[in-house]
Amino acid sequence: MKLDDNQQAMLAGAQGPARRYAMEQIVKVGSFFDAEDCVAVSQVHLMADPEALGPSGVDFLESLARLPEADRRVRIPSITDPRGVDFDAYKRLGQTDAMADLERRATAAFEALGFMMTNTCINYQSVIPPVKGEHIAFGDTGSSIYANSVLGARTNFEGGPSALAAALTGYTPRYGYHLDRHRRGSSLFEITDRPRDLAEWGALGGIVGRAMSSYWEVPVLTGLTAPITSDEIKQFGAALASFGSTPLFHMVGVTPEAPSLGAVFDGPLPKARRISRADIDTLIASYTPKDDKLDVVVFAGPQLSLFEMQMLANCMAGKRVSKDVTLLATTSPDIKAAADRMGLTATIEGAGGTVLSGVCFYQMYAREIGAANGWKRLMSNSAKLVNILGGYGYEPMLASMEQCVDSAVAGRIVGAGA
Amino acid sequence: MSGQRIYRGHKGPGKAVSGAALVASDNFSARYDLDLTKGIFSRPAHKLVGESYVGKVLILNIAKGGVATAWMLREMVQSGRAPVALILNYANPIMGQGAAFADLPLIDRFDEDITKAIATGEHVHVDPAAGTLTVGPA
Repeated sequence: MKLDDNQQAMLAGAQGPARRYAMEQIVKVGSFFDAEDCVAVSQVHLMADPEALGPSGVDFLESLARLPEADRRVRIPSITDPRGVDFDAYKRLGQTDAMADLERRATAAFEALGFMMTNTCINYQSVIPPVKGEHIAFGDTGSSIYANSVLGARTNFEGGPSALAAALTGYTPRYGYHLDRHRRGSSLFEITDRPRDLAEWGALGGIVGRAMSSYWEVPVLTGLTAPITSDEIKQFGAALASFGSTPLFHMVGVTPEAPSLGAVFDGPLPKARRISRADIDTLIASYTPKDDKLDVVVFAGPQLSLFEMQMLANCMAGKRVSKDVTLLATTSPDIKAAADRMGLTATIEGAGGTVLSGVCFYQMYAREIGAANGWKRLMSNSAKLVNILGGYGYEPMLASMEQCVDSAVAGRIVGAGA
Repeated sequence: MSGQRIYRGHKGPGKAVSGAALVASDNFSARYDLDLTKGIFSRPAHKLVGESYVGKVLILNIAKGGVATAWMLREMVQSGRAPVALILNYANPIMGQGAAFADLPLIDRFDEDITKAIATGEHVHVDPAAGTLTVGPA
């Protein structure tokens, strides 16, 4: 990799051990992906919940946090993904003091490094959306795919250690989705039926995601027309990125790099794979459980936007969640403050739900809290969440927000397909 | 037939190691697929469900899922419950970043489907600096 004088100096340790670690990480990863050099990035979105970090990750962060201020502060605006613990709610959920302690330590270390603790996965809706062509380092699959696809910004999946390296240096290796040639379309999908709600948008994302054969494959979708809302394309992208581990899609006529098929394909088009209502129904049906028992309803994966919070409040107004079911909704601290101020939180919690702030569900030691609360049967309108939680000991079901709320009120699964 | 089989991939992080292969034509995410406390695959749909990956040369297809693996590989190594090496057909950036941070040997991008070329139980020598896997008697 070609490094400039500043990057060489950091790698040699001239600007302290934190920046040396960062450049070592950048060079190791860059070499692995044959990057020619580094690209300057403008902002960092870092994922580091305590379950992923583990005790050794927290120790590592603290070793950096102990350095002199000049050696440890991030060089560019750097924000965080959801935390693993909502300090106002953790005991009620069955999380332990050990988990909360790890979270406190991690948060303190990030603050010492100069991170702004936004604690949100929907930064592209609620903090600073990047602009077309902006090179960034985002470390959440949902934020990466939205930034790349919907906004035309440029990022790879930057996992915690590499996002941290970008924050400490202002650089990341120039490979993958920073490069024009990797942003071309690879495969083509023709969508014959528009999804009818957020659960179906997620299901569509899951279908395309499952078809992805590598990180480098870029699906192009036709058949969907604008206007599509931010929340709809958010659910689609989050599921696609989660099922498929891919950070870019194009929707012809919708996303900025794909005004036409010719804009994203060079040469003859690949054979289009058709996705219809039947495919969406099949994916949703694959999560249908054997009986109508219900333990918990979760709205998360990603955190809810202000509009989704309003939608949920409207769904729940005047109703009462069964005492046998827990209903959780997660959102960012900023949106929760707005929801509190606007009476949305009062409506949701007045109906028996709980609004969690700055966390998401599957990052919250979901296996442990499932066991602690006897939660096995779960409903959500997030395809991403449902996909992940099977591996965490849950029996998840994907359904619309309305059906989830109706079931929470009934104390068992009710509604279409039940 | 005696002798070794050598497979060439892309250079990767980590030091040379040897171990018994644990192979499946399935994908990999540390958060979605594993129970880190027990050291086994826990996702019901995974082909290796119930199998222990500890001390194995883990050979899988591609990375699927999220970004947590970038932190988790080092935690796995530090806790003593980790594969000795990770071999993939295609590593995505999360795997590359996680292996670099953990100093876990990682090789990918072979000329053939590596999950079909090697069987569970075979003895494998992994040399990331050379980008090679050597299978068979030393």
